[in-house]
Amino acid sequence: MLFGYSFGDLGSIMAMQGFAGLILFSVFVLMALGLAIIFGQMGVINMAHGEFMILGAYVTAMTSQFFAAFLPAAFSLYFFLAIVLAFIASGLLGMAVEWLLIRHLYRRPLDTLLATWGLSLILQQVYRSIFGAREVGVELPPWMMGSMQLSDSVEIPINGLIVMGLTALITTGVFILIYRARWGRQVRAVMQNRAMADAVGIDTERVDRLTFGLGCGIAGVAGAAFTMIGSTSPTAGQLYIVDTFLVVVFGGASSLIGTIASAFTISQTRSTLEFFLSGSMAQVIVLLTVVGILMLRPQGLFVLKVRR
Amino acid sequence: MRTDTFLNRKDIVAILLLAVFILVALPLVLEPFRLNLFGKYLTYAFVALGLVLCWGDAGILSLGQGIFFGLGGYCMAMFLKLEASSVENTKIQSTPGIPDFMDWNQITALPWFWQPFHSLTFTVIAVPLVPALLAFIVGVAMFKRRVGGTYFAIITQAIAAILTILIIGQQGYTGGVNGITDLRTLHGWDIRTDHAKTVLYFVNGFLLIACLLVAQFVRRSKLGRILVAMRDKEDRVRFSGYDVASFKVFVFCFAAALAGIGGAMFALQVGFMSPSFVGIVPSIELVIACAVGGRTSLLGAVYGTLLVNWSKTTFSEDMPQLWLLAMGGLFIGVVMLFPNGLAGVWRDYADRYVDRLPWFAASRKVPPPVASPTAATMPPSGTIPTPNTMQVASLELGHGQ
Repeated sequence: MLFGYSFGDLGSIMAMQGFAGLILFSVFVLMALGLAIIFGQMGVINMAHGEFMILGAYVTAMTSQFFAAFLPAAFSLYFFLAIVLAFIASGLLGMAVEWLLIRHLYRRPLDTLLATWGLSLILQQVYRSIFGAREVGVELPPWMMGSMQLSDSVEIPINGLIVMGLTALITTGVFILIYRARWGRQVRAVMQNRAMADAVGIDTERVDRLTFGLGCGIAGVAGAAFTMIGSTSPTAGQLYIVDTFLVVVFGGASSLIGTIASAFTISQTRSTLEFFLSGSMAQVIVLLTVVGILMLRPQGLFVLKVRR
Repeated sequence: MRTDTFLNRKDIVAILLLAVFILVALPLVLEPFRLNLFGKYLTYAFVALGLVLCWGDAGILSLGQGIFFGLGGYCMAMFLKLEASSVENTKIQSTPGIPDFMDWNQITALPWFWQPFHSLTFTVIAVPLVPALLAFIVGVAMFKRRVGGTYFAIITQAIAAILTILIIGQQGYTGGVNGITDLRTLHGWDIRTDHAKTVLYFVNGFLLIACLLVAQFVRRSKLGRILVAMRDKEDRVRFSGYDVASFKVFVFCFAAALAGIGGAMFALQVGFMSPSFVGIVPSIELVIACAVGGRTSLLGAVYGTLLVNWSKTTFSEDMPQLWLLAMGGLFIGVVMLFPNGLAGVWRDYADRYVDRLPWFAASRKVPPPVASPTAATMPPSGTIPTPNTMQVASLELGHGQ
């Protein structure tokens, strides 16, 4: 007996909270994957990452409004188009930002942090001017709402399942792209030794731009997924940025597996604790634990051993 | 011009000019309300001074200076709040003699960590010491393990987030999101009158100049030069036998103590303290103010803080939508075009004319300009030498940057 619950109750609580944690985990993974590519692989601190995510969320909201107004027959399928559009919009914006801003700052990693923070302020204001300061909710097609009843005390929301499926798909895609495809080999070569990669004929500037674009595009997809669990407002991105950075650092910045493992640990711990404590205390305990572990093991959970 | 002395002729003139500006010009020109606003900006300048040493000189970017500012401010606010909640002031509460927000949250006794703040002496000691202690713990844990650069920045940011969430969550002990409000007297002296605010402004101004002199002393000492050397070639300093981590811990604690003093003066002048001055956003704004003024110049950082905060107030009064755009543009512009801030612009374009003035003419033969001990290693208008270039940092097991 614990906290006055029987073991059967505790089992259902763990299952339900575990599933709630899985949804949080999916959004964390999508956010963190983009950031892991940008921060872990490129060494750029992108404080505007949350705003790229929110761009994806706004694109999703606009797509849903467009379908509702002009193509109500296809409304049940808009979400898949929205994901693609969110990826393209955030990715293109990311590439533009890389070209205008980031590429001048590769040798000054701390300064990218300040410049991208400035960028995030500008983007927030732009969103506020275009979409208004109010929170924007997205109407889900009917088949994505509701939940599946597994047992009499455990039920699972369907949109959560979709977010998880999406996350699995994107993660697999990124893994294939980074670890199997020729392009991913180039990315890793540039990150491990820029001068040598340049010398063997890799167009490092192009690789940088595409890598940054890919990271931002994935953030856009995270934003599309995010619309299912939260409402979109101009400043919503900022709430997640520190958590996401911790996920990436905790996992070991250059390891994608580590990112996923740490996103899993952090989100599961948090959602389980949230049931027993208040939300803010759960967050504090998780953040403190992560910071504590990072002080003992600054390189993160998983380390890629590279000779530089 | 000698750069190995604590103050040379040009420094004295520059600091005197700043003192005249803060202590004579502003009080003469501004009405009490505006003067109080500038007093508030000047409390941020304490943080900027710390950042010049910590970030500009030693290359340690802390995105958590708001933590230390907030801790100092909360220490002072707790003392003032206890004085304001004397038994006769709070006799309508169900438990008289404790702060009102505790009573609202059904707390019936003063928590243990509030007890010592009945004493002014303890508070005055705690204001720089509590932030420095936290900085010491964080610094030892991080720097002894050679965590630096961006990792350090992210972790300080996380700590700022933790502290904010904690303060907001523990409403009964900290006043929650409203903070500690309704501060009235300091040892029986009403701090809410215009007269008291003007007096506090002058106290603040003198304290700032004093802190500036201490910071200048640190920078011009051998210690200051080791800090700069550490920023530019950390391994070389380490191989020369210096304990790099201890120097970093020292400068981080020093910056934290300065920020704490600023926070305490803030609580005194503004009359409240709330978690909105602790978190990530204010911390980054403090860094930006320092960057705008010039991260390697104490005076520049003070002027930069005044300028940024003054324009923030002006913009947000007149056109609030434009403020975020202007601020964002400022961040990007300063980082991309003027990495040395206002002080860098002054150094590149105006300083040489000052050197030609007859009174300073003696200084013309020796090149290093005064505002920066590192200027000799810098290209005239180009970028700052990065503290951790790729090659240097890569020697440190990969997590150096």
